[in-house]
Amino acid sequence: MSTNGNGMNENKMDDALVDEGAGGGNVSGGGPSPESEPGSVVAGVPAPPPGKLTKADFTSDQEVRWCPGCGDYAILNNVQKVMPELGVPREKVVFVSGIGCSSRFPYYMNTYGFHSIHGRAPAVATGIKSSNPELSVWVITGDGDALSIGGNHFMHAIRRNLDINYILFNNRIYGLTKGQYSPTSEFGKKTKSTPMGVIDYPINPASLAIASEATFVARTIDIDVKHLGAVVNAAAHHKGVSFVEVYQNCNIFNDGAFDSFAERAVRAENVLYLEHGQPMIFGKNRDKAIRMNGTLPEVIQLGSETGLNETDALIHDAHERDPSVAFMLARMEHPNFPQPVGIFRDVQRETYEDLLAQQIETAIAQKGAGSLEKLINSGEMWTVE
Amino acid sequence: MSATIDTPPVEERERNLEEVETVTIRFAGDSGDGMQLTGTQFTNTSAVIGNDISTLPDFPAEIRAPAGSLPGVSGFQLNFSSRDIRTPGDQPNVLVAMNPAALKVNLSDLEDGGTIIVNTDEFNKENLKKAAYASNPLEDDTLKGYRIHRLPITTLNIRALQEAQVKLSRKEMDRCKNFFALGVLYWLYDRPMEGSLEWIKSKFAKLPEVARANEIALKTGYNFADTTEVFTTHYTVRKAVIAPGKYRKITGNEATAIGFVAASQLAGRPLFYGSYPITPASDILHELARHKNFGVKTFQAEDEIAAVCAAIGASFTGHIGLTGTSGPGVALKQEAIGLAVMTELPLVIINVQRGGPSTGLPTKTEQADLFQAVWGRNGECPAIVIAPATPADCFHMAIEAVRLAFKYMTPVFYLSDGYLANGAEPWRLPSIDELPKIEVKFADDPTNFLPYKRDEQTLSRPFALPGTPGLEHRVGGIEKQHETGNVNYDPENHHFMVLLRQAKVDRAAQDIPDVEIFGEKTGKVLVLGWGSTYGSITSAVEKLQEEGKSVSSAHLRHLNPFPSNLGEVLLGFERVIIPEMNLGQLATMIRAKYLVDAVAFSKVKGRPFQIREIVRKVEEYL
Repeated sequence: MSTNGNGMNENKMDDALVDEGAGGGNVSGGGPSPESEPGSVVAGVPAPPPGKLTKADFTSDQEVRWCPGCGDYAILNNVQKVMPELGVPREKVVFVSGIGCSSRFPYYMNTYGFHSIHGRAPAVATGIKSSNPELSVWVITGDGDALSIGGNHFMHAIRRNLDINYILFNNRIYGLTKGQYSPTSEFGKKTKSTPMGVIDYPINPASLAIASEATFVARTIDIDVKHLGAVVNAAAHHKGVSFVEVYQNCNIFNDGAFDSFAERAVRAENVLYLEHGQPMIFGKNRDKAIRMNGTLPEVIQLGSETGLNETDALIHDAHERDPSVAFMLARMEHPNFPQPVGIFRDVQRETYEDLLAQQIETAIAQKGAGSLEKLINSGEMWTVE
Repeated sequence: MSATIDTPPVEERERNLEEVETVTIRFAGDSGDGMQLTGTQFTNTSAVIGNDISTLPDFPAEIRAPAGSLPGVSGFQLNFSSRDIRTPGDQPNVLVAMNPAALKVNLSDLEDGGTIIVNTDEFNKENLKKAAYASNPLEDDTLKGYRIHRLPITTLNIRALQEAQVKLSRKEMDRCKNFFALGVLYWLYDRPMEGSLEWIKSKFAKLPEVARANEIALKTGYNFADTTEVFTTHYTVRKAVIAPGKYRKITGNEATAIGFVAASQLAGRPLFYGSYPITPASDILHELARHKNFGVKTFQAEDEIAAVCAAIGASFTGHIGLTGTSGPGVALKQEAIGLAVMTELPLVIINVQRGGPSTGLPTKTEQADLFQAVWGRNGECPAIVIAPATPADCFHMAIEAVRLAFKYMTPVFYLSDGYLANGAEPWRLPSIDELPKIEVKFADDPTNFLPYKRDEQTLSRPFALPGTPGLEHRVGGIEKQHETGNVNYDPENHHFMVLLRQAKVDRAAQDIPDVEIFGEKTGKVLVLGWGSTYGSITSAVEKLQEEGKSVSSAHLRHLNPFPSNLGEVLLGFERVIIPEMNLGQLATMIRAKYLVDAVAFSKVKGRPFQIREIVRKVEEYL
């Protein structure tokens, strides 16, 4: 149960950091910081003076009811911590969720929140964002919620490219219903509902998001606190749909699911941190890299023995419009490859809500603002004396 | 027959012009023959010259079943009159049959001795076989007793267009034959052609040759009827004596769409319509999509569930959240509607009912979703249910739906049906100031704000929109603690909240008009109805009253809760008869609530009640 300990410790540590950083809030390291860009805008909301809000402002008065040691605590802490950095007033933030352990998330955020029904959070969020584009809308979902019962909405909400942030907590198990396999559970896994092993083939959330025409796709790990914060921050700043898969440990029903690469001791060796414009190098000694061999990726050893160096590594381009390489990267898996995390894809396309608003503006320009009088008195009319 | 066209025009030929009160025509042909268009054109012209009108389109579920086949027959029935009428007519007096299949499918509905106009050109061996006629009905005894007019419409149309050197393919020219038939009917019923000529001009503005061809077809049909001996008499129907005012013809789906746009204007809130295409509701989506200049947002969702969930999301931000579908779609939406009940958000669900269960009869009408609306969700999950009575009433009930949804912070079901949706009648246009105002109040004061605190009068909770500082709160489907809205599993609280949500919906009864009685307040029989049966019931009861019978009727537009005076109304009669296009759903509710031995009069044939069916049923109890 080492992750339990880590998770709890990190929660406390984060609190301490936030307290220290209150006012500055520049804890996340990574992603672009709104404070450094005057006039930066998240979800069309002009940033208020920096440093006004703190993590505590985003913490609701409700008792958190996840199992002690659950990876959800770390994610909640980090999101609460990142929120003040975004410069969005609390009342303009809406968290929307479906059903499952992770979907209790909105109750713990002191913002507007909507805990909807199983799988439907993206559809509710679509209605919210389309009707009020000024809101910063966050979808919180799990692997079962998003990919099983809500699979259809996942694909369509993503292809529409609403400016929403879509965070999927992937623990590869059904937690709230107590331990059945999920669409991301490994092939052959024995669970309560599959005593002889899973015979469904698992789905890869990030590659599915890329295939669904996502404009921003990232992956991070619950216990990799700094990275998680940076990714969430970057997602918030992307205009368009931002899909983030978080590997999240369920210490009750699927403990240690990501230990082989996510554990602190092995992380540097087994995780590839993707950074835009940087060569794909990994390993504790930064002596391994990814390069293309024909149409497939391969791991290479750098150093004098192989005669290969940094320049042989593939350079990550998150802004490439063609999704092929991002798709390939999203499907690399430990142990054949390092497990890639970071931003796979970050491109621009017009958002659904902007296009919708434009159509309304065009209609008004062409026909004039709607008049009820004219609407009723139209078509072929006649008068009876 | 083809020789008839060569008959030289006889100048100033005298024809009998006979005046008639009411005529029912059914146009029938292949789905591709343009019968809906022909019927609509005839309807528009009749409305504009002042007749009262009522229509019943009847089309197949298949888009284009094989030409000439029985499943491919499309029909359009029109009743026009110098009297105030309420139904498309029990039986057609005139049947226009463009091919053998159309004759076969519709003949049994035609009144005894009725008039048939047939396109003889289509009565060939192949088409007769497709229509399963062993011998040609034009040559055997099938049509004995009817007045039959044999017109080679296909040939006459093609020849006229060829003579005018229309530059279209034969197939394209053939498509104009419905306008030829329309021309014939215009002469036969003494209607002007101007309206249709205008329509052709604007419809085919970009295809001038098509416009010219249709114009020639229409005029040639008219002149042909005028100059040949096929008809000895033609008829006129005077203007109807109806309430003075400005009118337009409207279908239920059009009135529904316009009504919700009007509600949005009256409430000062933008309309969000989430929908997934489904027969017979799709026209509402099409119509609303044309009104973006009213700020209307239409969202064609990936499925029925997304459509309702997006509407709920829009409601959460203070829009008028509206979703529209038919019965199968409602079945998919019910879980989300329960969410709106639990989160106490305003939401309107349009159900344009069609024949069920399952896919059922997609293009036919039925009223079998009343139970689904009132009780079709898990848990104790009350919602307001209302139903328009006529196509034009759809406009007013749309406004009513939005008014109640906002005032009581609740989902409201709006039950239309296929007959209302596609049927048309004249609509007396209301002036803006006779429309009700819709008050919408949003919370803005953070002092002592509690998201589930109750308004004393309505029991509704405050509506705090995202974006309002200091009112941040969470809603969701888990049971709420009274007043705070926090997640709560306490048994006493749950019991209390279940009763509270029910009491809130029941409170709406204080806010809806009393049900009106058509006729005496007491008597032998009360015919009680809801939804689209209004026209047939009222006409039947009127007929019986003219005969001095002790019969009254009452029509419910609010079905949950019922109007407060309903119990008292029921007690005034020895018998209550409830005609419904289902197996007695309202009757069951009435029996359960008022302990009245109501008689269910059921018809589930995908067609509305005929007036005489109701007359006969009532007579059994007199």
